[in-house]
Amino acid sequence: MGAAHGHRLYFHAHSPLHRLPGHCKVLALVTFVLCVVATPSRAYWAFGLHALALVGVLVVSRVPAPFIVKRMVVETPFVVFALLLPFMSTGPRTDVLGLSVSEAGLHAGLTLLCKGTLGVAASLLLAATTEPRDILAGLERLRLPAQLVQIMAFMIRYLDVAGAEMGRMKIARESRGFQAKGLRSWPVVARSGGALFIRSYERGERVHLAMLSRGYAGTMPSLGEVAATRVQWLTAIMLPAVALSISLAAWGVAA
Amino acid sequence: MSTPVLDVRGLAFAYADGHQALYGVDLHVHRGERVALLGPNGAGKTTLVLHLNGILTAARGSVRVTGLQVTRQNMQEIRRRVGVVFQDPDDQLFMPTVRDDVAFGPANLGIRGDELDARVADALDQVGMRTFADRPPHHLSFGQRRRVAVATVLAMRPEILVLDEPSSNLDPAARRELADILTGLEVTLLMVTHDLPYALQLCDRSVVLSEGVIVADGATVDVLTDEATMRAHRLELPFGFDPRRAQAGR
Repeated sequence: MGAAHGHRLYFHAHSPLHRLPGHCKVLALVTFVLCVVATPSRAYWAFGLHALALVGVLVVSRVPAPFIVKRMVVETPFVVFALLLPFMSTGPRTDVLGLSVSEAGLHAGLTLLCKGTLGVAASLLLAATTEPRDILAGLERLRLPAQLVQIMAFMIRYLDVAGAEMGRMKIARESRGFQAKGLRSWPVVARSGGALFIRSYERGERVHLAMLSRGYAGTMPSLGEVAATRVQWLTAIMLPAVALSISLAAWGVAA
Repeated sequence: MSTPVLDVRGLAFAYADGHQALYGVDLHVHRGERVALLGPNGAGKTTLVLHLNGILTAARGSVRVTGLQVTRQNMQEIRRRVGVVFQDPDDQLFMPTVRDDVAFGPANLGIRGDELDARVADALDQVGMRTFADRPPHHLSFGQRRRVAVATVLAMRPEILVLDEPSSNLDPAARRELADILTGLEVTLLMVTHDLPYALQLCDRSVVLSEGVIVADGATVDVLTDEATMRAHRLELPFGFDPRRAQAGR
């Protein structure tokens, strides 16, 4: 009944991408996403090229494609929204598979889908090749406010603890004959959630006290920043550079 | 002989990650018996307990509770018959008041109205916590929460009460109070514990589980004085504790 070893989003392998320092990869991801977002809408060939570049990085990373694809379900709400756009938008109509949809909405939806999918896939690739701790160290190195880094660090540290606690509460509920089915079980599950919230809050206070008693005064020791070599920066910059060229080319064609 | 309350045969189980926790456990507990389940950390005690009320289902072998086999179809009835009190009362208590929490189990069994109130009052009486019925559980002391956790299960009128480490984290007074309560209950008892004096005080019979099999089963005083078995399975008596003298003083 122990917690899972390692992080579920991380894929253990030894690749050039795994070896890059966290801050290089975080910066590369943010730049890549910005370039994708800046690509003009309706330039579907450009999104195709972005995807191709990302697949290239995936191959280098040695992370199996199904590992990323399975975790893409987090995108579902955006997909639903993108699919609804053509029906909700106004303006000139066009026919798709016998359905009358808004032309502007159709392109907006498709573009949103392309940009969202590329962003999610790239983020998952970062998570698959970088231990959570290295991402935090990278954010620290990129001068993200220390409080934000600390909050994220605690979240990663205690997410599994809260998860395990929730699991034990579930077992204790079921042992008293509770079956979670239908609307009528919701109040019970909600109360469990409330109890878990209070307990996590109290645990937070205890952790804070324990930190204070070991001399915590608002600043955490550094997570151990690793300097990146020029070669590493050049490697990291490759994907965003390709994405920038694609985006610029798309604007050139659009103009 | 009568049908055992608990009849475990050849129970083997491995977790999804491949870790094998039980390698063929045989255990029979008869009505009115009080049995201590002893064993070192990682012996498979908790895994065994989770099989008794069907949270885990047997990979091989079987578990029967007063003749009824534990299967997916009769889970509700199994959970009425087997009352498990978990080690951390905070895992068990999550309702706004003690009363709501004790009512949770019987309400799941479909009991309503006056009978439900009577069961709650009765269960709280048995653990001496009736006057705390309207208090929120997180405002109680740890010992009180453990007693309420016992009441939440007693309210289901189980045929066997399974306690996981009932004396852990209790101060000596709360430990003794809980022992008094448990002694007074007229129920079949299976108690998982590291607290060997507590096992001797409350249970006539002890079973030792080690590395997924039962390695000893007999009168508690005999098990605790069998030095070879005790040493082989990382069981140690507290400093200065003599089971024979304690038994004589019972």
